Amino acid sequence: MPLITCRNVSLQYESTVVVEDVSFAVEEGDYLCIVGENGTGKSTLLKGLLGLLPLRGGEISFSGMERREIGYLPQQTPVQRDFPASVFEVVLSGTLGRMGRSPFYSREAKCAARENMARLGVDKLAKRSYRDLSGGQQQRVLLARALCATKKLLILDEPVAGLDPLVTSELYALIRKLNREGLTVLMVTHDLSGVLKDANKLLHLDKTVRFFGTPAAYLDTRAGQRMAGGGSNAGVS
Amino acid sequence: MLAFLNALTSYTFLSRALIVGVLVALCAALLGVSLVLKRYSMIGDGLSHVGFGALAVALALGVTLMAFAIPVVVLAAFLLLRISENNKIKGDAAIALIASSALAIGVIVTSLSGGMNADINSYLFGSILAMSEGDVYLSVGLSVVVLVLYLLFYHRLFAVTFDETFARATGTRAGLYNMLLAILTAVTVVVGMRMMGALLISSLVIFPALTSMRVCRSYRGVMVCSAVLSVVCFVVGLAASYLVGTPTGATVVVVNLVSFLLFAAVGRLRKLVN
Repeated sequence: MPLITCRNVSLQYESTVVVEDVSFAVEEGDYLCIVGENGTGKSTLLKGLLGLLPLRGGEISFSGMERREIGYLPQQTPVQRDFPASVFEVVLSGTLGRMGRSPFYSREAKCAARENMARLGVDKLAKRSYRDLSGGQQQRVLLARALCATKKLLILDEPVAGLDPLVTSELYALIRKLNREGLTVLMVTHDLSGVLKDANKLLHLDKTVRFFGTPAAYLDTRAGQRMAGGGSNAGVS
Repeated sequence: MLAFLNALTSYTFLSRALIVGVLVALCAALLGVSLVLKRYSMIGDGLSHVGFGALAVALALGVTLMAFAIPVVVLAAFLLLRISENNKIKGDAAIALIASSALAIGVIVTSLSGGMNADINSYLFGSILAMSEGDVYLSVGLSVVVLVLYLLFYHRLFAVTFDETFARATGTRAGLYNMLLAILTAVTVVVGMRMMGALLISSLVIFPALTSMRVCRSYRGVMVCSAVLSVVCFVVGLAASYLVGTPTGATVVVVNLVSFLLFAAVGRLRKLVN
């Protein structure tokens, strides 16, 4: 039974249909990349998966997990960049979905937050202010927060946008490690060349599914060659 | 200072002002942190204008002021959020729209029902003489409710403020907490408006948060610092206004301004040193 199954999913954003008739399945342990050009519905599809947008048609089903147990790494907002919060406070907020009706964090939640900070190498930053960190450190902190929310599935929305090449490859190595530890990864990205080695499945989205299969098979398609070329250019610039 | 302490024990209007003022300052400071960070700073200002309109109408109708103003302002808060969420009219524009309309209606109602009297003046700029004994009980009760609710939902409000999308994705009902924030702000604004004045109450919401963000680095640090700062500034402002004979609301705002400038200077200096 796949972890996530999408059947004929359609989504609209402000009265325009941006995702139409998308079907695919994510198995446990997969590393799935969703690629496509700007405005082809990638982020909208993620919002649909997360339940932030109502489906216009089709269905999305989860097995072995609930939707609220997704670890989500959103794109950063301008509000966050100068937000006065300590790293620990940010990471701890990832456990919110599990605290039920209790108004305060449990001891387990605090333990989980510390564990995940150590897992991502940001435990030394616990008391630092989020706004004083570098872009790469901020992404690690948000990834630690995402890990607090999930044991199974990470959904990452352009995790390396705006990071320099060295930090980018460090972040990829980290995500690879998490995937090998058993987490399913679903990532939207522009940087195709950076993930080709790691991903075992690839979905090319252009309003609907243009390609769904292994990265190797994708590179044999014309679209794949074009995206791989465009992807490495984007990586350099 | 001793003269002020003596006056506190002998004049009930002063001790009433102190009790209500400290509580309102506390509520406003806590709510203000979330509002400023969510880029909702103007909401306090907008709601106070609506509060003024509601008071003018209540005066004309001859009904109890607070009992009339609170539901109206809460409704306005609800509307403001709804309008700014549907993206067609941006949040700041929505606030300006509702605020000026409410003020206009207030002014028209006032002039039709007998002209600008002293009451209206005191609602615009505040008066510490305005509190009756019943007002004090109501204000204390409401402030305590605001404080308790805020503390109960502190972590959820933090999550929704820091990252609404993530909070929603992990099952937190962000819309509900935005609404809670707006309603608590509405109640605080109405309670504090009579003393601070409709035109000045929003400073109580914005100043302490902005001031403490100059130096504090954690969210809890900002919360504690702005709560303490807000209460201190209010007490200093109240004492100064009594001793010098200046209007209370305006004096409290100026004390807040001075503390903001001080903290901003400290923040700058610390950056230079590092």
